[in-house]
Amino acid sequence: MGSKLSIAILTFAALTTVAQAQEKTGDKSSDIIARGEYLARAGDCTACHTAPEGRLFAGGRAMPTPFGTLYTSNITPDPETGIGKWSADDFYKTMHSGRYPDGGLIYPAMPFASYTKVTRADSDAIFAYLRSIPPVNQKNRPHDLRFPYDNRQLILGWRTLFFREGEFKPDPTKSAEWNRGAYLVEGLGHCGMCHSPINALGGTSQSDAFKGGLIPMQNWYAPSLTSNREAGLGDWSIKDITDLLQTGVSARGVVYGPMAEVVHNSLQYLSDEDTRAMAVYLKGISEPSPPPPASSALPTTESSLLISLGKTVYDKNCASCHGTQGEGKPPHWPPLANNQSIEMQSAVNPIRMVLNGGYPPGTKGNPMPYGMPPFAGLLSDNEVAAVVSYIRTAWGNRGTPVSAREANELRSAPLN
Amino acid sequence: MFARTAASAAVIVTLAAFDGAAAQTANQPPDTMAARVEACTPCHGNKGEGTSDVYFPRLAGKPAGYLYNQLLAFRSGRRKYPPMNYLLEFLPDPYLEAMAEYFASEHPPLPQPAPSEVSKDVLAQGELLATSGDAGRNIPACVSCHGPGLTGMQPGIPGLLGLRAPYISAQLGAWRYGTRTAKSPDCMQLVAGHLTEADVTAVAAWLATRPAPANPAPVPKGTYALPFGCGSQPN
Repeated sequence: MGSKLSIAILTFAALTTVAQAQEKTGDKSSDIIARGEYLARAGDCTACHTAPEGRLFAGGRAMPTPFGTLYTSNITPDPETGIGKWSADDFYKTMHSGRYPDGGLIYPAMPFASYTKVTRADSDAIFAYLRSIPPVNQKNRPHDLRFPYDNRQLILGWRTLFFREGEFKPDPTKSAEWNRGAYLVEGLGHCGMCHSPINALGGTSQSDAFKGGLIPMQNWYAPSLTSNREAGLGDWSIKDITDLLQTGVSARGVVYGPMAEVVHNSLQYLSDEDTRAMAVYLKGISEPSPPPPASSALPTTESSLLISLGKTVYDKNCASCHGTQGEGKPPHWPPLANNQSIEMQSAVNPIRMVLNGGYPPGTKGNPMPYGMPPFAGLLSDNEVAAVVSYIRTAWGNRGTPVSAREANELRSAPLN
Repeated sequence: MFARTAASAAVIVTLAAFDGAAAQTANQPPDTMAARVEACTPCHGNKGEGTSDVYFPRLAGKPAGYLYNQLLAFRSGRRKYPPMNYLLEFLPDPYLEAMAEYFASEHPPLPQPAPSEVSKDVLAQGELLATSGDAGRNIPACVSCHGPGLTGMQPGIPGLLGLRAPYISAQLGAWRYGTRTAKSPDCMQLVAGHLTEADVTAVAAWLATRPAPANPAPVPKGTYALPFGCGSQPN
């Protein structure tokens, strides 16, 4: 009797331990999955791997490039068409070295030059999350690249020139916060994919990191993150930077176009701590530079005519929101005076904003953003050039005038 | 003396605080949907009444459910018009619903119908198709879904009044060629597939001549049964 009881107690104790242990691993794995989901958002995986109206992470989204169209891959855990047969090692190898588990080369549209900096633990968490989502049986669509870019072996050359494998190494001379920001910006955030100039081979050299560039195919200019003359954030407050990243609007400016997608899909979900860390890092990498004297390729008579017409156009169409002195009503109606995105050397973004207008992204912090009307149908090329020339040179702004031809060329820029 | 200074300081601080509050409000855009949808108005008019451009449709007074479905379709790119696709791309569902509600609740007067440029015979053919359909060719009458007054039905069937012939014709064409699609079963695609070019011209011309009825509001849900299944308005 006594021994029976003790066996029963032992069994019970054993069961309890097993149950507790299971509960514990359950907790642990759901923690990892939640962390993986957070990190997948930081990496904005959905922007490329989910097609419009398609299933989450089933791929098939067309990515037009100067070399042809790529179609993104299925990263759901479907064993046949997705990554269901992959191991965590396989996934890390792909993220870290830009090669498929079988060693095959991945086109650098997948930002593995940035993802190589991601730690093994973070890669494992993302993998655990991807394993937890519903599998979708959807075959990958073959890429449609022009000769000679359809030859994958060319990627070897690209890799030699532009790819350095290696996890992020913290800089011991900087704060933990700065290093966390650097890890996110340079790694998962892959900000350099747009904000670094891309050469004819589709690569970026290290020395040009974050120096800004025109985004191929989309015709939006991704400003330099280092130059304070562009989007350099050296003289921004940390609050203005975090507001911009988390909500899409701030006292200094508002995001539109491709950056609206980044805020919408990715940045709005980051924690306050991580957003702040990114802000600290971004503020830290800016290189102060004195504003250059305004100089224009346009003949002075033409630009002064443009600017006087520009004031008329501005006062009639823009001043009711942006103010007679370009002061705006921030954060929703951004200031145009002393706004870096207006004064940059490239006038692509201000011209496109006048032509196409736009909504900042709807975010948790700004769920019902105010939109800017498109003026393409209301203003002639001359009027667009005039009003952009005016806002780039009025109120102490030090940009240069633009020509009607530049305005005309952007009328046919793709909108999405 | 000290007390007086302290008291006046308090008054000044309070006044300054009031000033600050006033300045804050004055320096912000109006907290209204009208201000938020200003991006829509160059093409659709301040209250969604339409503009002089015949290709931009009137939105005002259409059922909110219909407008919301269109906003979703433009956002996902299923309905293709790049300036619309671009504007809506990163806006959340509840905001699109609020936009739809806003334009649905506006009731600016319907425009005077423009004189038609087609012959009386063509108009008569359009009227026949719109009001009776053509059973032999499997074409239901427009009024059988869009209502006897062509004012539409809540929540998903749009009214057809206040639209110009080129817009109606372009939409019927888009359905015929499959560039405009709706939720399955895509009833308009079926109907438009049975129309000839001449039918489209005739129906579009006749619809554009219709004067405003006494009550232009869409009729409530369930007022009449649709003749066949329609994904935009499940029965």
